[in-house]
Amino acid sequence: MSSHKSSRKNISNLHVPEPLNRPGDTPDFSNLHMPDLVSDKTHTLPRPDPMVDAYETEELASGLVRVLTLDGRTKGPWDPKLDADTMRLGLRNMMLTRSVDKRMFTVQRQGKASFYMKSLGEEATAVATAMALKDTDMVFPSYRQQGLLLSRGYPLRDLMCQVLSNSGDKLEGKAIPICYSSREKAFYSIGASLGTQMSHAVGWAMGCAYKGTDGVSCAFTGEGATAEGDFHYALNFSSTYRAPAIINVVNNQWAISSFQGIAAGQSKTFAYRGLGFGLASLRIDGNDFLAVYAAIAWAAERARAGGGATVIEHFTYRKEGHSTSDDPSKYRAKEEPDAWPLGDPVDRLKEHLILIGEWDEERHAALEKELDAFVLKAYKEAESFGTLTTETGINPRTMFEKVYEEMPSHLKRQRQELGI
Amino acid sequence: MPKNNNAKQMNMIQAINSALDIKMSQDPDVLVFGEDVGYFGGVFRCTAGLQEKHGLHRCFDAPISEGGIVGTAVGMGAFGLRPVVEIQFADYIYPAFDQICSEAARLRYRSNGDFTAPITIRSPMGGGIHGGTSHSQSPEALFTHIAGIKTIIPSNPYDAKGLLLKAIEDNDPVVFFEPKRLYNGPFDGDLNKPVDSWANHELGQVPEGHYTIDFEKARMHKEGSELTILCYGTMVWVAEAAVRETGVSADIVDLRSLMPLDLETIVASVKKTGHCMILHEATRTSGFGAELSALVQEHCFYHLEKPIVRVTGWDTPYPHALEWEYFPGLERVSKSIIQMMEG
Ligand SMILES: Cc1ncc(C[n+]2csc(CCOP(=O)(O)OP(=O)(O)O)c2C)c(N)n1
Ligand SMILES: [Mg+2]
Repeated sequence: MSSHKSSRKNISNLHVPEPLNRPGDTPDFSNLHMPDLVSDKTHTLPRPDPMVDAYETEELASGLVRVLTLDGRTKGPWDPKLDADTMRLGLRNMMLTRSVDKRMFTVQRQGKASFYMKSLGEEATAVATAMALKDTDMVFPSYRQQGLLLSRGYPLRDLMCQVLSNSGDKLEGKAIPICYSSREKAFYSIGASLGTQMSHAVGWAMGCAYKGTDGVSCAFTGEGATAEGDFHYALNFSSTYRAPAIINVVNNQWAISSFQGIAAGQSKTFAYRGLGFGLASLRIDGNDFLAVYAAIAWAAERARAGGGATVIEHFTYRKEGHSTSDDPSKYRAKEEPDAWPLGDPVDRLKEHLILIGEWDEERHAALEKELDAFVLKAYKEAESFGTLTTETGINPRTMFEKVYEEMPSHLKRQRQELGI
Repeated sequence: MPKNNNAKQMNMIQAINSALDIKMSQDPDVLVFGEDVGYFGGVFRCTAGLQEKHGLHRCFDAPISEGGIVGTAVGMGAFGLRPVVEIQFADYIYPAFDQICSEAARLRYRSNGDFTAPITIRSPMGGGIHGGTSHSQSPEALFTHIAGIKTIIPSNPYDAKGLLLKAIEDNDPVVFFEPKRLYNGPFDGDLNKPVDSWANHELGQVPEGHYTIDFEKARMHKEGSELTILCYGTMVWVAEAAVRETGVSADIVDLRSLMPLDLETIVASVKKTGHCMILHEATRTSGFGAELSALVQEHCFYHLEKPIVRVTGWDTPYPHALEWEYFPGLERVSKSIIQMMEG
């Protein structure tokens, strides 16, 4: 632009960061702040004692903690040394999440649901977290952690009825699809306002500490939403009160159409932000199931032992559009998802299991089929409770309920006005 | 609406885009930022093409921080720029509430005119798209309650462009709410009708060049003699359908500028008809209808033949599945008109 003065030296210019790739470009990730993936460096990062001084995690916050190599081996001190059954369960949970996503995306496209969001490519961040925590540890998910619910055995039908907003929906159609809530599964109610639940997680953790339980709370935000004040409140309060919390930043490179640099600015990693608040901080390969598992286990141990909170940046990639309302081909290179240098979490765990002789292609294909059938069966049952566009079967009276504990008289009058 | 030979058919998105484009071309101090507004052109496409045409540093993406967006806009405005920021959904304006109420609205007053915040805050509002609690709200009354803020809500492309140009040129902070259900066509709340388009409507004929519409000037959408309907945004179209359906002879007053408000037009109409109905999508209690009702009572008491009636959203969060039970649609408005006129 002629009026843009970026060519002038020694004068401040309004700088607007831009992503590496736009539609039509050949994807290139060479400028990402990412250590050399082929060398051993990412696998030789130390695994300090979980009670280490927060500032000693600096190289973990600027580096990238990994366990699985790109050719399917495990390497380095962060290897959680899981047995084959646990890894197979992890694989299954990720594949189940993927299958549910595929089904519900199609259902939305068929016009039976108003909205859906996939977690394709990011399944490890949620599934490995759920498996590394106790089932009673409270999670405060963003809308892209359905893997947490599914790993904790939440009934598929219940999840699907919530998306369909029908009479089987435990939330009685009050919330938009994917804003699940299940106290029973220690899964906090998802609100659509970004960032707001980060401080709830810290408050919950402060509650655990106050009561002297060994509970840990575990929050999730996208990298984009770290720009909200709430993220900073959460880091500040958890540092001040040494709250037993785990604060996960899922850096999937995109926030709708904005690349991660809009939230990151000139900072190298999101994990590094934790250090500024005096919190232990790790950046991990979010597509590496074992690295996620190991990091969450480390942070949970630290929190339970009174070491306070940890910030974990999961370095991953959002392979699909932001939601069913989005078309990513409008703002990013089409080939980006396949060019992501850290691969796919399902493929990588699968390859590792095959390499150690605990899995094979036939079993994998069979499991995929089994899960798809299981998901379809649950979906058929869910659909029998109605859909948003046919008949939801939800009683209009419920609209006035749960606004307050007891219905005040003005709402009773309004309900009457509606004639119900 | 003045006849203009250079009018072009536009939907509300295009009309808003045109206003932004004109202002950016005329005034190098106008810049546009917000979440996803840059390269992508906004989730509703209102800023499409502006970055390409006017440059990366004049239309750009902001971090997801509504407080940061409005806060920096206030600072830029104080400096002498004229920022137009987008809050992606009105439901997400609350993180910016402190900046709007305590800063943008107060700057001129507390500095006695030494500093000002000539900023425009655009934001899609309202329901009708199955957005549930978090993508449907109509928070206008929260802003009309704050001294120092102007609150504008257009109901059609022609007004949207003229009012937005006015808002950008205005030296006070303006909150400009865009009823998202009207972006692509008028909507009367009847789901069984095919989706209407602005192409079929004269208010979709928008001059290509610059024009402004004054604030504090309501638009008489339809004229009649028996009933005054005060409304704005989506409810203007629901009112029109209900008037057609019931056959009542009504003034439909599209307020479009809530603050400052055109009291004169309201009072003249109510004195003429003796009946006043107020419509809004927002929850009823302490909604803008309460203010309107008080004003009409204060100024027209001796002309009122019936109690004022409000038809509004219920005092609940906006439900997802029961959207149409919540929305004060055609059926409810028509029924209220019949009750009022016959009762
Ligand atoms: C307070 C608030 N502002 C804006 C939005 C609209 N919005 C929904 S998701 C999203 C992008 C979030 O990106 P990120 O945090 O990176 O999470 P991701 O979608 O990548 O998982 C935006 C801007 C919102 N939901 N809440
Ligand atoms: Mg993201």
